Amino acid sequence: MRESKLTGRIHSLESFGTVDGPGIRLVVFFQGCPMRCRYCHNPDTWAPDGGTEMTAEAIIREFEKNKAFYREGGITATGGEPLQQIAFLTELFTLAHQKGIHTCLDTSGILFHSQDPAVLERFDRLAAVTDLVLLDIKHMDPDEHRKLTGHDNTEILRFARYLEEKQVPVWIRHVVVPGITDGQEELTRLGDFIGGLGNLKALDVLPYHTMGEAKYKQLGIAYSLAGVPAMDREQAAACRKVILKALQARRRKDREENGKENREKPLTSGENAI
Amino acid sequence: MAGQYPEWDQFEHGIWEREINVRDFIQKNYTPYDGDDSFLTGPTDATRQLWAQVMELSKQEREAGGVLDMDTRVISTITSHGPGYLNKELETIVGFQTDKPFKRALQPYGGIRMAVKACQENGYEVDPEIVEFFTVHRKTHNAGVFDAYTPEMRACRSSHIITGLPDAYGRGRIIGDYRRVALYGVDILIENKKDALNTTRTIMYSDVIREREEISEQIRALQELKKLGEIYGFDISRPAADVKEAIQWTYFGYLAAVKEQNGAAMSLGRTSTFLDIYAQRDLAAGKYTEEQIQEFVDHFIMKLRLIKFARTPEYNALFSGDPQWVTESIGGVGIDGRHMVTKMSFRYLHTLENLGTAPEPNLTVLWSTQLPMNFKRFCAKTSIQSSSIQYENDDLMRITHGDDYAIACCVSSMRVGKEMQFFGARANLAKCLLYAINGGVDEISKKQVGPKFRPITSEYLDYDEVMEKFQDMMKWLAKVYVNALNIIHYMHDKYCYERLQMALHDRRVTRWFATGIAGLSVVADSLSAIRYAKVKTIRDENGIVVDYEIEGDFPKYGNDDDRVDQMAAQLVHDFMGYVRGNHTYRNGIPTTSILTITSNVVYGKHTGSTPDGRKAGEPFAPGANPMHKRDTHGAVASLASVAKLPFKDAQDGISNTFSIIPDALGKSTQVFTGDLDVDLNLDEE
Repeated sequence: MRESKLTGRIHSLESFGTVDGPGIRLVVFFQGCPMRCRYCHNPDTWAPDGGTEMTAEAIIREFEKNKAFYREGGITATGGEPLQQIAFLTELFTLAHQKGIHTCLDTSGILFHSQDPAVLERFDRLAAVTDLVLLDIKHMDPDEHRKLTGHDNTEILRFARYLEEKQVPVWIRHVVVPGITDGQEELTRLGDFIGGLGNLKALDVLPYHTMGEAKYKQLGIAYSLAGVPAMDREQAAACRKVILKALQARRRKDREENGKENREKPLTSGENAI
Repeated sequence: MAGQYPEWDQFEHGIWEREINVRDFIQKNYTPYDGDDSFLTGPTDATRQLWAQVMELSKQEREAGGVLDMDTRVISTITSHGPGYLNKELETIVGFQTDKPFKRALQPYGGIRMAVKACQENGYEVDPEIVEFFTVHRKTHNAGVFDAYTPEMRACRSSHIITGLPDAYGRGRIIGDYRRVALYGVDILIENKKDALNTTRTIMYSDVIREREEISEQIRALQELKKLGEIYGFDISRPAADVKEAIQWTYFGYLAAVKEQNGAAMSLGRTSTFLDIYAQRDLAAGKYTEEQIQEFVDHFIMKLRLIKFARTPEYNALFSGDPQWVTESIGGVGIDGRHMVTKMSFRYLHTLENLGTAPEPNLTVLWSTQLPMNFKRFCAKTSIQSSSIQYENDDLMRITHGDDYAIACCVSSMRVGKEMQFFGARANLAKCLLYAINGGVDEISKKQVGPKFRPITSEYLDYDEVMEKFQDMMKWLAKVYVNALNIIHYMHDKYCYERLQMALHDRRVTRWFATGIAGLSVVADSLSAIRYAKVKTIRDENGIVVDYEIEGDFPKYGNDDDRVDQMAAQLVHDFMGYVRGNHTYRNGIPTTSILTITSNVVYGKHTGSTPDGRKAGEPFAPGANPMHKRDTHGAVASLASVAKLPFKDAQDGISNTFSIIPDALGKSTQVFTGDLDVDLNLDEE
């Protein structure tokens, strides 16, 4: 195959990813992110001009070299924000699909533009070669979301709907930060929203940890969450329960309203999500 | 062998009835189990009570400084002690090494010095008459070896370029086929050996004489084994009649071995699927319940956990603790394609829950992609709970050893009852590289240990020059090493022959001549540094290189980078080639291993600074591991580097110690809800 000239800026590769999608995965950290989430633990991936230039072929080669390890897994694009390099990302996933490799996109959904046909066309092409999206919903409240990340969440929530429409399975991730994203109201809103998504396959509640703080020091960036304690596991589990409860309530409500379950048939086998 | 025995009722017929052939018996009779773990039962009251007693004794042992009691007058033999019990009324499987649990036996045949020292260090004194007897009247293995060692071998030993040699203690690593005791009973085994004795060659070359003497010793050991049964009130001259007897007979075989031998690894073999055949028959006949069978297994495993040997602190330092390596191999796949997981495979692993977690026996799953999913899940679950299961690659080993091999120690594979191993410790390749640079002068003692080859005199190391000298030095090391082992195994056979274990082998045995490598990743990274960066030598006042400075970066083993990984692979290939170039005792087939288990700390302590940037005295990486913190591309890349090492050149095993925090292995179900379509039962609150 002729090697494409298109390159992506890649922060690093992790050969043994076990928490970013099903199975053991090659995790590709994209360089560059427009979000400035206060709890981000990869601030070293923010700058768009860092990283190493790599072709999609080169990444696939890394994968194929050790594909025996990845039998139940695949490739996960994360970052940084992979959508910032959507052309390269689409090329990577297209190539992966040609080789029968499961593709997973870990994203905040930012950069989606429901009103821009050119953007939509690019997303359509990407959605066609994406097997799973790990969508990180940072906060349901638009103002809180802006405070937390520097951006509005309207298009992110639209992106969730868009994925449902495109029938791309999604795992919703939510980082629970003490005092910021763990309020009852917030969790209930989140549960209600994702309960309405027919393509939802899993919920992943991520307890906030403080291990990223050291990186900020190294990079000379002020850490705005300094002093906020790590979320303990028990509390995170309790948060999950609140979300699930709201999710169930929403599904029951939808079922009553529609007289049927407002859900699509599972698109991929659910066992991947265990 | 005379056809049928009532104990064999309902078993599928086969050649196993006409010759000693446990594998054939297993293949004809076992029932693969594809189900899950829901059939398993918890510990019985008797099990709980016995285990509580064991825990109490363990506590007393710890408080006593590690040893509770030692024999100082009775030399351990198969029949040296009367019966010993924890609680005779409650134990379903019986037998201890001495007349009571936690009492360590006196086993001087490997070396009286070691036996005396083991006692002294723990505050006991061996009976002076026994010491005199084994010093003056009856030589031990250890004394024999040192009579024959050359000055060069002694120098290599004290400079630690070869360490851990089994020249002062039992070599171990031999697995008797203890299942034979259960399947055939001892009388048939004795008949079989008598037949072997009657049909040796008839011209008395020394090897024929040796064979005749050894078989006679084996027969004597089997007769003693029968007596051991009698001591505990069992007639094991006949085959075992049910699962309880089959476990007990098998255990007597093993017990007799550990009463005779304090070997560096006294492994059990591959017994679970064999025993399951009896369990299936008894379950079908309604003879025993699942709960009873689990109880037998729990009590058997409990006994294996209580195997203890008298050892010295140095020994424990070398082997990182006081391991017995009661390795039991579980699962695997048959050459006919059927997996070999049975309910008994589950029951063995289930002891980790019923009795709690423990390092011994070393439960080892022979892993294959073809194992049933339910068993894989059960293994994963039990691993998460206990961290006590070892996994080995059956798909790799089955090619060489078929489907009735077992692991001795941690990775040494051998066909049970058909192959044995001469255990061979390790050669320190990192030190060998330093000898190449310094012309055979030891970088720590500054003595001329190796041959006086021309040293490297340049300020910066040149790759081609180093490689040429290193090859010569490896060739020399392999020769001294293999020849030292020749002496060791000659003397072990002569003074500390494993007569019971060898009685449970075929007449014609394949002998693997094991060697080992330490410091692989140190050498690979050193060669890489020399080739891809600039390595400057730092010399002492006599011109001996004692340290190195590296300018620039270089590829490091453990990152799936062929530039250095191929150096590591080539190194294994080259050294194995030099080992093969030597004569081996009893036509042993040379193998080598790159093992985790031991010595990486001790070896590092006795090795000067190396060209990879490791400083004098710092530990090596264990086994085939990349050096600590140098593998920076994640676990798969690190494992991929190790996987490039050629198994055909390291057939005795390659091991990689892999630690990972649980959270990095996957999502906890506390915070992750997968498969939402199934999980959410909308009709329940």
